[in-house]
Amino acid sequence: MTEMTPAMIHGLAGIAVFGIGLMGALAATDRLRRLVALKLCAVGAGFVLVAAAWRTPPAAPDPVPHALVITGIVVMISAAAVALAIIRRLHSLEAETDE
Amino acid sequence: MSDNLPDPMILVILLPLFGTVAAFVLPRAAPVIGLATLAAMTAAVVALGRAVAQAGAVSLPLAGWGAPLGIELRADGLALAMLALTALIGIAVGFGALGTFARARTSAGDGGQPTSRQRAFFWPLCLLLLTGMNGVYLGADLFNLYVMIEVISLAAVGLTVLGGTVTALRAGLAYMYASLLGALMMLLGVGFIYLQAGRLDFEGLAGVQPTPALSAAFALIFVGLALKAALFPLHFWLPDAHANATAPASALLSALVVKAGLYILLRLAEAGPFPGETLLKLMGILGTGAVIWGGVQALRADRLKLMVAWSTVAQIGLIFIALARGGADGLSDSWRAATLLILAHALAKAAMFLAAGRIKEVIGHDRIREFDRSPVRPTLAQFAFALAAVSLIGLPPSLGFIGKWSLMDGAMRAGNWHWVAVTMIATLLSVAYFSRALTGFLRFDRVRAPVTEHRGWALADAPPFMLALLAIGLGLAAAPILVILEFGQPFGVSP
Repeated sequence: MTEMTPAMIHGLAGIAVFGIGLMGALAATDRLRRLVALKLCAVGAGFVLVAAAWRTPPAAPDPVPHALVITGIVVMISAAAVALAIIRRLHSLEAETDE
Repeated sequence: MSDNLPDPMILVILLPLFGTVAAFVLPRAAPVIGLATLAAMTAAVVALGRAVAQAGAVSLPLAGWGAPLGIELRADGLALAMLALTALIGIAVGFGALGTFARARTSAGDGGQPTSRQRAFFWPLCLLLLTGMNGVYLGADLFNLYVMIEVISLAAVGLTVLGGTVTALRAGLAYMYASLLGALMMLLGVGFIYLQAGRLDFEGLAGVQPTPALSAAFALIFVGLALKAALFPLHFWLPDAHANATAPASALLSALVVKAGLYILLRLAEAGPFPGETLLKLMGILGTGAVIWGGVQALRADRLKLMVAWSTVAQIGLIFIALARGGADGLSDSWRAATLLILAHALAKAAMFLAAGRIKEVIGHDRIREFDRSPVRPTLAQFAFALAAVSLIGLPPSLGFIGKWSLMDGAMRAGNWHWVAVTMIATLLSVAYFSRALTGFLRFDRVRAPVTEHRGWALADAPPFMLALLAIGLGLAAAPILVILEFGQPFGVSP
């Protein structure tokens, strides 16, 4: 077992957050709740990538994972926007049919 | 290559992207823009094909920044075949969409979107989808592939909900969640791989020594991609999404979108220490499950489009079995069978969904049980459906037959007779469920009113018919297709 570096702690935390999100995504029945859980998964995955960029100071962190995280965030935001639009539309359509 | 014209690889990705924006900004001109973009994209694919035929694999570091820091595009025979397939299906579905959205449907009492809105949004989504697909084929590093597969998902979800009905929206949302989860698993896996290997480009991954952590990362990516490719038991989102979308959208979703995940798996297998023995076995077992469960559900489906969607689940399983059939040569041999099945399924399934859409439109419903009571028979669409079924079942000389033959041939040579048995079961099941629809088309004794077979053929009848003819006819051209696949020798020199 190697020594616990800050990178490892962050990495493990990231995996834990991803796991919590995964649980939520599988267990939640509410549409919005499920979306939030998936967002949590994305945060966890981003955490792992940021941790991967860590280098022992004074070495500069690796820029590649940072670029990946930023792209990942952009992707996730667009996906969440689409999901929210669908949820809203469904909400209004279902309200119409209920009346 | 002349210096003034951008590299065809860039054009193949950027043309549909520009088309997307143009078609979105100018919705009235969207069909014209769409078809023009498709034509230009096809020309770029042909130009790229020439380059690949001359030089084998070609690669292009974007803006001069090569791997590992920059983004590199790479094309070989496998990518070329997929690009050509995508262009072909794009054109056929495009013409099909012209017909589908031309007739103003008055029966929009189910909360659906008016046809004009559907037509306006179909083209940007379709072109965005093609951008993502082409990007996946040409991508040479894992992260780029992750981004492209997300572009595909966004477009695919948009296409799923295009009809605007509550069922379509529900199916689209379930699809969105499944697809997001798959993408996030892939992202986490990509992060792990970067942690372990320090590189994400396929060339860099080739030399990486397998470690347990790396295997875990590949397993994560595999699960993510299996979710996107709808491998049993992760197929739960597919039948509803594909069955409730409008016909041209279903055709794109079933023919192309699920193939993106499969393609990335193929590329991963080409590059790195993936998949291991265990994962290959798992692929085979899950594939068998898909073949049987998909087949049984297709037998039980009451609506034509739902049946076709379940048949996609079964066929995806068969493609995974083709990968898993392995043997001594492993994936360096079985990727060819899998690719042939991918091509065959894409052509036949696009034809089948377009034909099913036409049948539903002309008859007025798509309840399989009541086809034989209909006094109206859309003969050409039914014929196209039957031809596509012939290829999916795998009767000679169709492309589906060549794919299945290549699967079974390899399995027999490797002594894996159980995969031969599973393929036979898959074939029998597909004969059974397609026969349900075909008998409905051919029985006339339950019709009460005088039969009016022929209402004149519409433009929308041509694309499914052409695709179905190709699905059959390309079986005769299997040798040239195999030659094209070998350009640049993906998976190394053939054994």
